Amino acid sequence: MTTLDSSKEIQKSTPEVSKNHEDFRMFGLVTFLIADGMTFAGFFAAYLTYKAVNPLPEGAIYELELPIPTLNTILLLVSSATFHKAGKALLKDKNSDSQKWLILTAFLGIIFLICQLFEYFHLPFGLTDNLFASTFYALTGFHGLHVTLGTLMILIISWQTRLNTGRITSKNMFPLEAVELYWHFVDGIWVILFIILYLL
Amino acid sequence: MTISIDRQKDNHQRLQPNGWLRYFSFSLDHKVIGIQYMVCGFLFYLIGGTLASAIRIELASPMSDFLPRDVYNQFLTLHGTIMIFLWIVPVVNGAFGNYLIPFYVGARDMAFPRLNAVAFWLIPPSGLMLIASYFVEGAAQSGWTAYPPLSITTPQSGQIIWIISVLLLGGSSIFGGINFIATIIKLRRPGLKLMQLPMYCWAMLGTSLLVVLSTPVLAGTLILLSFDIVAHTGFFNPVLGGNVVVYQHLFWFYSHPAVYIMVLPAFGLVSEILPVHSRKPLFGYTTMVYSIMGIVVLGLVVWAHHMFTSGTPPWMRLFFTIATSFIAVPTGIKFFNWVATLWGGKISINSAMLFSCGFIINFVFGGITGVALAQVPFDIHVHDTYFVVAHFHYIVYGGTVFIIFSSIYHWFPKVTGKMLGEKLGIIHFAITFIGFNLCFAPQHWLGLNGMPRRVAEYDPQFQFVNQISSIGALLMAISTIPFLVNIFLSVRNGKDSGDNPWNALTPEWLTSSPPPVENWEGDAPLVVEPYGYGDSFSQKNKKI
Amino acid sequence: MLNKNIYLILIISCVFGISFWIGFNVNLLPAEASINAPIYDELFKILFVIGLIIFIGMTLAVIYSLFKFKRRKDEIGDGIALEGNLSLEIIWTLIPSIIVLIIGIYSYNIYDRMGGMKELNHSHEMMSSNNEKIWAGISQSSNNDIANNNLSVEVSAMQFAFLFNYPKGEFISGELHVPVNNKVSMRMESKDVIHAFWVPEFRIKQDIIPGQPTILNFTPTKIGKYPIICAELCGPYHGGMRASIIVEDESDYKDWFNKNKKTEVDL
Ligand code: HEM
Ligand SMILES: [Cu+2]
Ligand SMILES: [Cu+2]
Repeated sequence: MTTLDSSKEIQKSTPEVSKNHEDFRMFGLVTFLIADGMTFAGFFAAYLTYKAVNPLPEGAIYELELPIPTLNTILLLVSSATFHKAGKALLKDKNSDSQKWLILTAFLGIIFLICQLFEYFHLPFGLTDNLFASTFYALTGFHGLHVTLGTLMILIISWQTRLNTGRITSKNMFPLEAVELYWHFVDGIWVILFIILYLL
Repeated sequence: MTISIDRQKDNHQRLQPNGWLRYFSFSLDHKVIGIQYMVCGFLFYLIGGTLASAIRIELASPMSDFLPRDVYNQFLTLHGTIMIFLWIVPVVNGAFGNYLIPFYVGARDMAFPRLNAVAFWLIPPSGLMLIASYFVEGAAQSGWTAYPPLSITTPQSGQIIWIISVLLLGGSSIFGGINFIATIIKLRRPGLKLMQLPMYCWAMLGTSLLVVLSTPVLAGTLILLSFDIVAHTGFFNPVLGGNVVVYQHLFWFYSHPAVYIMVLPAFGLVSEILPVHSRKPLFGYTTMVYSIMGIVVLGLVVWAHHMFTSGTPPWMRLFFTIATSFIAVPTGIKFFNWVATLWGGKISINSAMLFSCGFIINFVFGGITGVALAQVPFDIHVHDTYFVVAHFHYIVYGGTVFIIFSSIYHWFPKVTGKMLGEKLGIIHFAITFIGFNLCFAPQHWLGLNGMPRRVAEYDPQFQFVNQISSIGALLMAISTIPFLVNIFLSVRNGKDSGDNPWNALTPEWLTSSPPPVENWEGDAPLVVEPYGYGDSFSQKNKKI
Repeated sequence: MLNKNIYLILIISCVFGISFWIGFNVNLLPAEASINAPIYDELFKILFVIGLIIFIGMTLAVIYSLFKFKRRKDEIGDGIALEGNLSLEIIWTLIPSIIVLIIGIYSYNIYDRMGGMKELNHSHEMMSSNNEKIWAGISQSSNNDIANNNLSVEVSAMQFAFLFNYPKGEFISGELHVPVNNKVSMRMESKDVIHAFWVPEFRIKQDIIPGQPTILNFTPTKIGKYPIICAELCGPYHGGMRASIIVEDESDYKDWFNKNKKTEVDL
């Protein structure tokens, strides 16, 4: 008797395999966000290295005004909370409440983007002025791209949470949860960015 | 909350054309995707190999006479990029990973079949785009490392296309990595523990972690580089106050782990092949697992050993020397374990076994030169010379490509139900092994004695040794002929292999060959002893 | 059993013997022409020997198993069911760790002797003229380092040539001339992309990175003409980017210098 035959026997005699697995989509999303986070980590590392070793040309402006970004930080933090509320409401099957919270979140996101653009237009430097300016725009721009995407997705899911015909219900929470996690992630990145770019 | 595998089943039936056409479709079947990766990768390998032959022909004479100089640099860049991003990475990860991992974890497909298909279908267009850039305004010509400021000042269209296609390939690689992690962690058949998985799963888990952690950094870096080229920012352009060395740090933060992305899966594959053909359990399973994880952790903190001559401060040089040297320890453990797996076995000397043993010998050599290169004072002399070229070809070709061939001989019966011819296989091995060593061993000497890498012309005193090297390259090119003939003959009228020609125990062999669409007719078997070979084992199994 | 052990010891000592013999008798390196070179070669030999021992040992083990444990025709059944051996595995974790550690410490020592750990010598006039930041290549200190009598040269690298500026004589040369047994101090700068300054016979190499003026010191010890090679891909003519360094004795050097100099200085 070869090893194979004997092992086949024990292997066949195991109990029925369940066909169902727990939902692993969230797990995939978290892995993706880790990857995305590493992109930001690369940018942050580059920014900090530049700051440490590459002196700016004389007269370069690198002090930033704080009011707008502070407002933006608050906007994003509040929007995280409103998103959370939306999830809570959906869980209790209050779809229209959930929808309202979502639209409020998207609205906050849009204001964030408008403020960001406003800041861009009033900054005393342009993309190619110096190393600090370039990294500033690259970092905030890349983050702004994330916010834009997030806002679009929030609008889509808020449409999908509508009562009766919407696809997202308390039984199918995944899209909402996924976008929520993504949104918290984007917030978290902003807080780090705010500290590193504006405060340090 | 649960989602049903049955839903996946419906998808399969809905989306799959039958017959060979399915290999050209957006199939969601992991086995089809695996084969798509393999064939696509191999076609790119042939292209990359043709470019390599052109390079070696140019180097057969000391003057720059075969190719125009800028074309030479374009070939060099395309060769490196194609071999790394379109052949090795997609094949050892995508092809074998997709084909084997679901079997190994006892699943009917990967965790995210759609993402999986997307990841594959990103590859052919970006590869073709990369190659097409040669015919437009010339391909990128700053090497696969694309160091600025050279990459900023060379003709732009080629460099930009290079960046876009590497970004797409990186994206493909990240999607694949996420899928592998989710499949291995979350999709395991109930009752199957992590420490019972075949070693390839561990290798792919480690590799995918590296992919997920490091590839995004490369993506970010290349985005910044493209800004420098297109928008004239100055991230890496010293004329505009930028810093060239920052690019190198970011690039190698990806690209050193990338060498492990290329070789860890090969470590996994050889761990599957050796026990089967020597009829012995894999020696030291647990230490193997720990050493893979050790390599993953260390692999993330050694990148600056590529930058010892770039004006890095002394403390950094020392740290990276020590960290790099220590990678040799977990790597060494694996090699000792493999030799111990052979020891006392009943070894069948066949093509798969020969390629695996060739791998061990070549890789040990490359690892030794690697440890030498990790020593700053040693590296100062040979950095950017043919010595480094020899080192990494010993690793990438002598290591990974040998294992790819070994795996093809091993799993061809699984995939097609036909055996590959042994005679042609052994001829293939012999020519490859001789050609490979003839090509790359002399290059160590060239590097030590003053021949830098990436040159189209060189000091005439090196001509003789370069010609030996070119003859070796010619042999390597020839060696693909018996291989292709072998494949062709087997597919046409090869010997039927039966379901399990090697009497292997890992789960992919416990179904029909080729396997049915959902992998198993009934339920997935629970294989808790994937390496349960050995005479006394049959005894043990009987007792249960 | 005893017999077996004797064979094993015999084989191991053969492997060691062969490795040492090859390591110390086969010379793979070019001539030694700077005070860095012998130090480098010492490290090379040690690494070569250790590498050979491991490589020959592993190769023999693989080939031996292939012959010894080959499955004979019509033989069935499996090999021994050996899943691991903890003490063996600990041994082959510890021994490589120790070897690697020793190599690390030793190469640190070599690195230090090559001058890698030395702070930059800022007293030199050329470097302290302005407050610019300067990078340092690996550079050795030497016994016959005559204080303040260092020869300083400014190297500029560009696509696709090296130019050597002798500030004392205010002239530029395409060849680097240096007197033997004198410490030469070079300040290297790139005009465009990254280049690298490599003299194989001196065992030194340093990238010349735009935006990073770099100091590189060396002391030639052997009269002769050696190639200077650019080792970093810098464009289509990278392969042709070479120059020569001519090491000559003091008086020949003085003649050459005086012939070229634009200003009246005494050497
Ligand atoms: C024992 C493990 C290894 C060590 C200690 C090691 C060390 C090194 C070092 C120090 C260099 C830089 C040499 C230089 O540019 O001056 C290098 C280059 C390289 N290594 Fe390794 N290596 C090891 C294994 C590998 C593996 C497993 C791979 C790939 C599968 C690999 C691929 C490469 C490549 C591609 C380069 C050249 C990169 C370039 O400049 O284009 N090495 N290695
Ligand atoms: Cu590396
Ligand atoms: Cu060059």
